[in-house]
Amino acid sequence: MSTVAMEQRKKIHPHKFTLWVGIGSLLMMFAGLTSAYIVKRNQANWQSFDLPQFFWYSTLAIIASSVTIYLAEKAFKQREMKKYRSLVTATLVLGVLFIVFQLLGFQQLWAKQITLTGNVSYSFMYVIVGLHAAHVVGGLIALIVLFAKAFSTKTRIYNSVPVELVSTYWHFVDVLWIYLLIFLIMIK
Amino acid sequence: MSSVATLHHADVHGSHDAHHEHHHHETFITKYVFSQDHKMIAKQFLVTGIIWAIIGGLFSVVFRFQLGYPESTFPWMEDIFGHWAAGGKLKPEFYYALVTMHGTILVFFVLTAGLSGTFANFLIPLQVGARDMASPMLNMLSYWFFFLASVIMFASLFIQTGPASGGWTIYPPLSALGDASSGAKLGMDFWLVSMAMFIVSSLLGGLNYITTILNMRTKGMSMTRLPLTVWALFFTAVLGVLSFPVLLSGAILLLFDRNLGTSFYLSDIVVAGKILPNEGGSAILFQHLFWFLGHPEVYIILLPAMGMSSEIISVNSRKPIFGYMAMVGSIFAIAILAFLVWAHHMFVTGLNPFLGSVFVLLTLLIAVPSAIKVFNWLTTLWRANIRFTPAMLFAIGFVSLFISGGLTGIFLGNSALDLHLHDTYFVVAHFHIVMGVASFFGMFAGVYHWFPKMFGRYLNNTLAYIHFWVTIVGAYLIFWPMHYQGLSGMPRRYYDFSGWTSFNMFSGLNEFISFVALIVFCVQLLFVFNFFYSMFKGRKVTDSNPWGSNTLEWTTPINPGHGNWPGEIPEVYRGAYDYAKDGKEFIPQNTPVGDDESTHH
Repeated sequence: MSTVAMEQRKKIHPHKFTLWVGIGSLLMMFAGLTSAYIVKRNQANWQSFDLPQFFWYSTLAIIASSVTIYLAEKAFKQREMKKYRSLVTATLVLGVLFIVFQLLGFQQLWAKQITLTGNVSYSFMYVIVGLHAAHVVGGLIALIVLFAKAFSTKTRIYNSVPVELVSTYWHFVDVLWIYLLIFLIMIK
Repeated sequence: MSSVATLHHADVHGSHDAHHEHHHHETFITKYVFSQDHKMIAKQFLVTGIIWAIIGGLFSVVFRFQLGYPESTFPWMEDIFGHWAAGGKLKPEFYYALVTMHGTILVFFVLTAGLSGTFANFLIPLQVGARDMASPMLNMLSYWFFFLASVIMFASLFIQTGPASGGWTIYPPLSALGDASSGAKLGMDFWLVSMAMFIVSSLLGGLNYITTILNMRTKGMSMTRLPLTVWALFFTAVLGVLSFPVLLSGAILLLFDRNLGTSFYLSDIVVAGKILPNEGGSAILFQHLFWFLGHPEVYIILLPAMGMSSEIISVNSRKPIFGYMAMVGSIFAIAILAFLVWAHHMFVTGLNPFLGSVFVLLTLLIAVPSAIKVFNWLTTLWRANIRFTPAMLFAIGFVSLFISGGLTGIFLGNSALDLHLHDTYFVVAHFHIVMGVASFFGMFAGVYHWFPKMFGRYLNNTLAYIHFWVTIVGAYLIFWPMHYQGLSGMPRRYYDFSGWTSFNMFSGLNEFISFVALIVFCVQLLFVFNFFYSMFKGRKVTDSNPWGSNTLEWTTPINPGHGNWPGEIPEVYRGAYDYAKDGKEFIPQNTPVGDDESTHH
């Protein structure tokens, strides 16, 4: 077994690799939506609009949460569990804040008559931003699991793979949001 | 820091290996129902796929009755379908529902889940030398999402307004407006929910297949030593993982249009005298999103059949596959081109002719890798010492159908010819031969070849030969005449042709096609009987390598447990196709290279 195990050890962990392939798959979904957006934009009746201020606050929140989860992963690997716990908590709070700001942003838009069933451009924005938010909520659920495990006194965890998986996914939704934000600003 | 991380990895793998050394107690539930063993999950996919194939096949027989005997009535239809066949004659609405469900069931539930789900699950870990998939848990979920999708789709057959009836391609506005037809009501909602579950299932499966192939190969199993089945299943999974999400995004927009009043696909529509408020949408947008999945989907269906046929043809020719690297390269080329040709389904939508000509060029390019594969199969068969096992016959039948159906693809890929042939029976004939029946042949070949590994018993050969000959002759008798019908302009999806003088001359031919379809369907039931009978009563396998094959699945015990190999995983020293080398009939992959062996291996 030793030789086979040695060979395995050099490779990336299968679960991490699965996540990367899954990220590729999710990217294709957003690529589908954004290319549909580009195609539609060149047709008649397209109305451009400005993104709400709250989307900028949510951007700050998610960038900050990416930093905290990076530090949390580092703290976990150095076995500084106290630091790890507070950093996971911070990430969770920032993640929730992101969602709250997104909802406030939607409210702002709605108040300006930019509604889901208005112009096609509005509908696209709601679907794309909403679908991204759904993926952030998925990440939040994973973060809650990490959070619960970090504060559980019954078990001590040494396996860093789950932490690394959540961290990679969280960076992904962060980068995806920045891409979508730039996309929605540049192409309207 | 990183050393700590690596240590943890070693822990994970250490405990994983230890886990397989003792036999853990399995209950009926964990062994047969919520199993995480890839072999059991494969069988679950196969049996579910067979049930769907019977339903989907039966639907085609029923609507062929309508096409073949448009003037007659069949009282038994009323007994089965109730008001949908009042007086023994199918209602037009129900005819469309049957056609839609036939397409949906066979394309997605049988030839995607039933084919890839079965053989990717069964063969990948066994042939790359892994104890199980990268994530057995996700693999189990993949089956149960498929099961859920199946239950919802099956339930939709019993809705009062009928199942979805807008065609398996669910083009809006028919699919987006509940008032458009009876099948566009609840049936369409069930269809969309079921397909969302199905997409989740195929993504979870695909992630696992890719990771297992790239990450879990045994020592010595380099990528260029992989059997061609694994290569084909790998590219199938890549196509699925990259194209299904795009269908999902298209379906999400459709759900918004259906239920939340958006106008992604809808504009200027009048239904039943009522002007709808939707404006600014484009129905063609959906077609782009749909066919971006839809075309790769064709190869998702076809590639596993190609891979299995390559393996089975080489084993039963007792010769190495001709041009292994060319085979891998051509699958790769097909996988790339699959993403670049979707608009050839849309030549008649008002596509810019210049853009159309680009898609013509890219479409015709597929002929190159396809031809490479065909020549390699034929040269493998050339002067071979062929064993005509049922699996081999079906594999050769696959090659035959792939050639016949592929050639008509060249006609359809030309936009100028497609303007005439689009939506005629020529298209029906083309894709049924090249994608439908050909992939079924690949699936049958796989079942006959690997049945001994799946169940430790053989299928009955006499029934298998009857199954093969009736099916191949029947397939050509059904679909060959349709080319002529299509060339003369007979449109597909029509309920009744008897009202057109121009198509009246085909009434005898239609009757003949329907009659053959009924016979071929009955012979498939013979296969189903053979399958389930042999599972329990078939001749027992006594030789762990009954076909004299090189690949690793035959190094496991006759009835392998969870974990596949009782001892260590075998190490691999050579490629999968060392047949008839140095005077030896076959040299399994786990045989070390001898001193007296010639260098080419």
